[in-house]
Amino acid sequence: MDFQHFTARCDMTTNDDKSSGLSRREFLKISGIAASVPLVARPKVIQVDGQDVAVHGPGPVPVELTVNGKRLTGELEPRVTLLDALREHFNVTGPKRVCDRAECGACTVLIDGRAVYSCTTLAIEVQGKEIVTAEGLGGGEQPHPVQAAFVNNDAQQCGFCTPGFTVATKAFLDKNPHASDAEVAHGLAGNLCRCGTYRGIHGVVAQMTGREPKGNAGTTMIAERAGASTKGAA
Amino acid sequence: MPGTDKYRYPPPEERDYIGRRMGRVDGLSKSTGHAKYTYDHNPKGLLYGAFVRCPYAHARVTNIDTSQAERMPGVKAVEIVQKPGSEIHWAGDEIVALAAVDEPTVRDAVRAVKVEYEELPHLVIDSQEPPRNIPPDTSPLSLDDLQDMLSNQMPAAQMVKEINERGIIFKPEEAPLDRLPPDIANAIKSARQKPAEKKAPTWYKPAAAETQGDPEAAFGAPDTVVSEGIYGLPVIVHCCLETHGAVAEWTDSDHLLTHVSTQYVSGIPGQMAEVIGVPAANIRQVQENIGGGFGSKFGPDRWGIYSAKLSKKADGAPVKMMLSRAEEFQVAGCRPSAYARVRVAAKKDGTLTAWDSFGWGTGGPGGGGSPPIPYLIRDHIPNYRTQWTAVVNNIGPARAWRAPNHPQACLITMAALDDLAHKLGINPLEFLKKNIELTGPRANIYMDEFSIADELMGWSKRWHARGDKTPGPIKRGLGMSIHTWGGRGHQSECDLTIQPDGSVTLKMGTQDLGTGTRTAILAVAADTLGLAPQQINLLYGDTQYPPSGGSGGSSTIGGVSSTTRRAAVDARDALFAKVAPTLGATPEQLEAIKGQIRVKGQASKALAWKGACAKIGAVPINAHGKNLAGRDPLMNSGVGGVQMADVSVDTETGVVKVNKMVAVQDCGLIISLETAESQCYGALIMGISYALYEEKIMDPITGRALNPNIEFYRVARIGDIGELVVHMMVNKYDSRGVVGLGEPPVISPGAAISNAVANAIGVRVPTLPLTPARVLAALSEVEKGGSA
Repeated sequence: MDFQHFTARCDMTTNDDKSSGLSRREFLKISGIAASVPLVARPKVIQVDGQDVAVHGPGPVPVELTVNGKRLTGELEPRVTLLDALREHFNVTGPKRVCDRAECGACTVLIDGRAVYSCTTLAIEVQGKEIVTAEGLGGGEQPHPVQAAFVNNDAQQCGFCTPGFTVATKAFLDKNPHASDAEVAHGLAGNLCRCGTYRGIHGVVAQMTGREPKGNAGTTMIAERAGASTKGAA
Repeated sequence: MPGTDKYRYPPPEERDYIGRRMGRVDGLSKSTGHAKYTYDHNPKGLLYGAFVRCPYAHARVTNIDTSQAERMPGVKAVEIVQKPGSEIHWAGDEIVALAAVDEPTVRDAVRAVKVEYEELPHLVIDSQEPPRNIPPDTSPLSLDDLQDMLSNQMPAAQMVKEINERGIIFKPEEAPLDRLPPDIANAIKSARQKPAEKKAPTWYKPAAAETQGDPEAAFGAPDTVVSEGIYGLPVIVHCCLETHGAVAEWTDSDHLLTHVSTQYVSGIPGQMAEVIGVPAANIRQVQENIGGGFGSKFGPDRWGIYSAKLSKKADGAPVKMMLSRAEEFQVAGCRPSAYARVRVAAKKDGTLTAWDSFGWGTGGPGGGGSPPIPYLIRDHIPNYRTQWTAVVNNIGPARAWRAPNHPQACLITMAALDDLAHKLGINPLEFLKKNIELTGPRANIYMDEFSIADELMGWSKRWHARGDKTPGPIKRGLGMSIHTWGGRGHQSECDLTIQPDGSVTLKMGTQDLGTGTRTAILAVAADTLGLAPQQINLLYGDTQYPPSGGSGGSSTIGGVSSTTRRAAVDARDALFAKVAPTLGATPEQLEAIKGQIRVKGQASKALAWKGACAKIGAVPINAHGKNLAGRDPLMNSGVGGVQMADVSVDTETGVVKVNKMVAVQDCGLIISLETAESQCYGALIMGISYALYEEKIMDPITGRALNPNIEFYRVARIGDIGELVVHMMVNKYDSRGVVGLGEPPVISPGAAISNAVANAIGVRVPTLPLTPARVLAALSEVEKGGSA
């Protein structure tokens, strides 16, 4: 990952205002005017377009996140993404870094119930919001029914994309409780699996929406017609 | 074989788990995000490692200055990987390794290292036909040549021939004889030693032509139909979602603990010891899960070695080195390309008579694979002539990619045969059936599978001659292909312990790539002991457990299943001996079934598992399992598979869409049905992906990859797969024992889809991937009057 990409070069230091996140609008404004900001020591607030804007970093600033119902606090540089904050600072390793540029969905988390790529979200932006990863999807010790359905439908192999996929599937089903196969093909196209578990994921959605999965012939149909059982004892 | 009968797998009626759908045992740990991968290891005091990489495709390092980086706060260790004077053969190769307190700091430090290079001429393009007048290289072989042959998966017989004919310029003991197949090692030992010959630098390494029968006479024979074409596949990458990498730490001054993301846990210490400078016994490799390998993760690689070296320099602090996505695409392996100009002939009745091909391809500096062309029929077609030229270029090294050399050979052969069937006016299914004896011992398997695939796809009802006559721009077509793979199980060992309290532990140093290895091991152990899988504690993925082979070439399922079966039978029989007096029977009269040890067929003369184990005494039962490798009757080699594709092509935009694919697959005795089916579904999807989208695109000017990311290197998404139907040949070929499955189903999709597109639009699109641009170009050739 190219960290220069995220370095808004305002040469300023720590903001001690714990509560303020930096909205995307403010962030864009700062990026745009960075070159014209005078290099003064330790300003907390700068004037942009006649408005006050809080400036963070580039050194570590206090950050507080709510992840899977737990309050997590730490000192992070403002350029740290939510994904890296979760993984490297708080050891929440369900979300994975695969593409690191919002192409593959392996880092998907819920932010206030919405599926978001955490690799392109800054940690300081999502303070005060409810962040949920695959580990917390069930809300407690129990797995979420979507996660159990991933096992029932064998919708995973190496499993590296799976935590992101389960979170994305849960959010997708919240919005599309009666999703058709065509809607799945569109709605879950933002997540990538290399082992090729998509047919199982179609099965997950079919199970959760009470439909029969399509194309479930194959071994079962012909083997059982020939009298052979393929069902496990467990 | 005396004494082997008792190890035989139980018949279908005595299986509760083997061959059934029992659910992936590691499923929930993955879907809930708790499964840990190399990338997830965050030990206390972790340092982050990264490499300075060469920006040129071919260059010589002239100067390295690390002084500024070493002075940066937070930088803890710096190691030169390739010294000034080194010749670099691909863009992205490692020059300097650094470790620092966090990732941003190490990336900053990478940028602070100053390296100077002398640029050298490079070649990164491979699709142009090489000149034919270059004589084959007959110079004696160097160790590098030997390494290239191994990397390219050259068949052993061919390697032996080359070693015998060309001689060697090194001393036999300089080669890793104990790690080579015996016939190759013997050939090296008896090879003639010669002085090195000065070779002119060349991009092309032609192999000697191989001929059988009299191809020219066969092509010229009366009543013969000849089809000519050019077919090919470009270089593609593995795209493991967990990039290559390792975490290493020194637990004391001479003991290394490492977590390399690897397909070969047991083999890591032996591959690291010499370079790290400690005995292999002092290296412990641990891996719980791996995020994809597909053939590209067998060695410790530079990240394994340098994470250990940097850790040593940083007083043993753990160092994590994971490749970025761009690095992964450039240096962590690729599948070699293959192109061929083909002539193939048959009698008017469809009997295949002759094959002639001139092929080439690249896998980077080592040349490339040499696909077994003509695929499947090579041993039995009466006349053929094949030539192969390896293109030696600067695209970065090839690595085994799921079924090395086979998808290439399959596409080139099956597309050429499909074009010939069209020219003969014969339905390709009938054409393959007519010539199926040319495939040798698996002919009967293909014939069984043809009828099932026909039924599942509706081939005979729906097939039309080439060129969909339906009005409108959308044309639909069917295509098919067949394939094989060896897949004999590897050598493997395990320990199975039954404690007096009834608890059971199975230890094996294997790995589970997501193929279902854990599930399969537990299925075999559970059915043998009459327990449920949850009652057996499986410990794996650690060099502290008995060694097990690498997961390559579809060798895992045969290896781990036979080993587990042997250990479990021996442990069970030891338990029978302890329990028999209590039940008033001989050990031979007992059976382990549904959590009981009982006299066969007598539910009343039984002890529950726990009660039976109480008879063990103070010392637990331990059975060591070790399969008989190449001569173990519990496993076998050689599978047959048939695939069919149904596609729609938009002739205005060139977009190809897969409507449906059918895979009918044999793998001998099936251990884990559900995960076996998942392997096939996954292979179909991976096949759709390389057939339609995947290509590593190189810039001829800079010599660098243009699409080293998931945005411009397209991989199939959930909307791209159509309807997928998999049929496993259940209980059909059990007597052959267990045969591997990972590779075979990924071989045919490229050919089946290419053939379906030709059937839809009436013209062959010569090379994969079948992108809109290639489809439109093929269509415009027809409009210009080219042959269809």
